[in-house]
Amino acid sequence: MAKVKGDIVINIERCKGCEVCMTACPFHVIAMAKEVNSKGYHYAVKVNNDCTGCTNCAVVCPDGVITVYRAKTE
Amino acid sequence: MEEAFAKLDIRKPENIVYKRTDLLVDRPLSYCPGCGHGVANRILMETIEEMGIQDKTIGISPVGCSVLAYDFMNIDMLGAAHGRAPALATAIKRLWPDHFVFTYQGDGDLAAIGTAETIHACNRGENITIIFINNAIYGMTGGQMAPTTLEGMRTATCPYGRDVKIMGNPLKITELISQLPGTYFVTRQSVHTPVNARRAKKAIRMAMENQKLNKGVSFVEIVSNCNSGWKMTPNQANKWMEENMFPFYPLGDLKVDGKLVEKK
Ligand SMILES: Cc1ncc(C[n+]2csc(CCOP(=O)(O)OP(=O)(O)O)c2C)c(N)n1
Ligand code: SF4
Ligand code: SF4
Ligand code: SF4
Repeated sequence: MAKVKGDIVINIERCKGCEVCMTACPFHVIAMAKEVNSKGYHYAVKVNNDCTGCTNCAVVCPDGVITVYRAKTE
Repeated sequence: MEEAFAKLDIRKPENIVYKRTDLLVDRPLSYCPGCGHGVANRILMETIEEMGIQDKTIGISPVGCSVLAYDFMNIDMLGAAHGRAPALATAIKRLWPDHFVFTYQGDGDLAAIGTAETIHACNRGENITIIFINNAIYGMTGGQMAPTTLEGMRTATCPYGRDVKIMGNPLKITELISQLPGTYFVTRQSVHTPVNARRAKKAIRMAMENQKLNKGVSFVEIVSNCNSGWKMTPNQANKWMEENMFPFYPLGDLKVDGKLVEKK
């Protein structure tokens, strides 16, 4: 059966750690890192493999730092 | 550091379903973390990119937190004196009627110092698009009361909450301008959730497309947050906005194709 698989790439240097993407993700893929970027923000990171590539996080990210991939796999 | 949970096999250009539009200049936006201005700037630029009109669009940036919009939006832009964006847009559109012209303004800019310009441009029925970011506060200057500040809402200049007996009532300028014959499309949206941001983008698309019809002003209010001014985290601010702003500033279309939408 065809399965949809997704992945996101976060530009962590541009992330401001606002957590809006975290709230928007239906699969709890995103959390904030313990580490900070060079601006001092706890940037967003992935914490599981459940991304479907729905683009919700990228659509609400105020800084537009998320790129989303989606593909069908057999 | 190795990236956790990366699915390298699907990271191919043909599988990209979302990426930052090239019409946003590749530099950090100056807005606070979680501020709705960022989403609003982006969906506006995505719309212009999708319509393929970047060479024919002229935007007017206001005074307020989005004063630097001309640095972020990779199209022709002009900066207006505080509140004067609709006047500037009027002149530009009349000189270049084949161009798409929009203003992008906060509530202090559009509904306080620029009230006259807003109302008269809308009443004259200029063939422009107005994007109005209503965060009920003066964000840029440190969170003072705005005309749109809610009753009882605390700001730097009404620290005990807006007392309407002394400070007057919050101004529903969008309802007001929807009554003017010069407005063709008037809607109120938000950008704090994926569904709302997608809807707001559709509204902006319609507001830009309408300029082809020469029927007057298309006005898109976006009820937005000001985490810094409201002194909340972005997620708290978005929740507060749903609970307090939306009952007073209900989302939805107020006027479509020149006709007022009847309230259900
Ligand atoms: C003629 C003039 N008066 C006052 C100011 C100070 N000022 C700068 S921004 C601003 C209000 C901005 O608030 P708003 O339009 O709501 O935008 P926001 O910053 O909330 O996005 C004011 C009063 C100014 N720059 N010019
Ligand atoms: S694309 Fe969808 S599933 Fe994947 S991280 Fe973003 S919100 Fe979550
Ligand atoms: S929404 Fe964007 S800026 Fe905010 S935490 Fe997520 S990736 Fe970072
Ligand atoms: S002060 Fe308010 S409106 Fe201005 S960028 Fe910060 S959160 Fe946004």
